[in-house]
Amino acid sequence: MISTVRLQSEPFDAAAESARLTQGRADAGALVTFTGLCRGDEAGVPINALTLEHYPGMAEAEIERHVAEAKARWPLLGVTVIHRYGRITPGEPIVFVGTVSSHRDAAFAAAEFLMDYLKARAPFWKQVERRDGSTWVEAKSADDRAAARWHKRTAAE
Amino acid sequence: MTLKVRYFAWVRERVGKAEEDVAVPADVKTVGDLVQWLSTRGEEYAHAFENPKVVRAALDKMHVQPEAALGSAKEIAFFPPMTGG
Repeated sequence: MISTVRLQSEPFDAAAESARLTQGRADAGALVTFTGLCRGDEAGVPINALTLEHYPGMAEAEIERHVAEAKARWPLLGVTVIHRYGRITPGEPIVFVGTVSSHRDAAFAAAEFLMDYLKARAPFWKQVERRDGSTWVEAKSADDRAAARWHKRTAAE
Repeated sequence: MTLKVRYFAWVRERVGKAEEDVAVPADVKTVGDLVQWLSTRGEEYAHAFENPKVVRAALDKMHVQPEAALGSAKEIAFFPPMTGG
C-alpha cells in the first residue's frame, strides 16, 4: 500500500496525481479522487483570494494519522492526500484526496472519510481576502457532523 | 515548567504573537487551567480566550480537551475550529 501525504504552497496537477496512483497496477479496480477548489465567492460575496494558515508539523501528523486509520478500515492499495497552504486564487486547487482499491465501495468510503476528517480535524484555517479587507472563515457545524458520523458508524459496527 | 505556546489564526491575531515560551505556575495542571491563567495576563489574552469553548487546543501536536493534563508536554497550541479541506 503506497501512501503519499504532501503539504505545499504551490499548485498541483490533479490529473498527474490520479495517474500516479494507478500507474503499473493490475490489481486496482477503483480509483476515487476528490479535488477541492477555491471558489470565487464566499456566501455569495466575490473574493480575491483565500489564504490558508496551517500548523506545520501537526498538519502532516494529523493527516498521516487519518491515512493510517483509513488503511486499517478499508482494503486500500494506494492513498494520496495533498493540501496547500498560503495564498490561493479562485479556480486553483486547494486539496486533493485519491484512493485506490480493488472495488469501488472501499475507494469511495475512504475518500469521503479522509475529506470529512480533513475538514474538521486537520489544523488549517482559511482567511478570505476581499476588496474591503480580510476575514476568517467560520467553521461549519455541518463539517463537524460529517466527521462525527464516521465515529457513530464505528460504534454501530 | 516552561512550555512553548503557539497561537494560530484569529487567536494569534488577538494575542498579538505567533508563539512564546511561558513559565507555567505549578498549580496550573490542565489545558483548561492554562487557558484561565493566560486570560489573566492581559487584555489581549482575555480577548483571545473570551469564549473558551470556541478555542481548541493541541498538546505536542495532538488534539486535546480542556481537562487534559499538561504533564511533561513541551508545546501547546491554541486555535479556532479548523476550516481546512
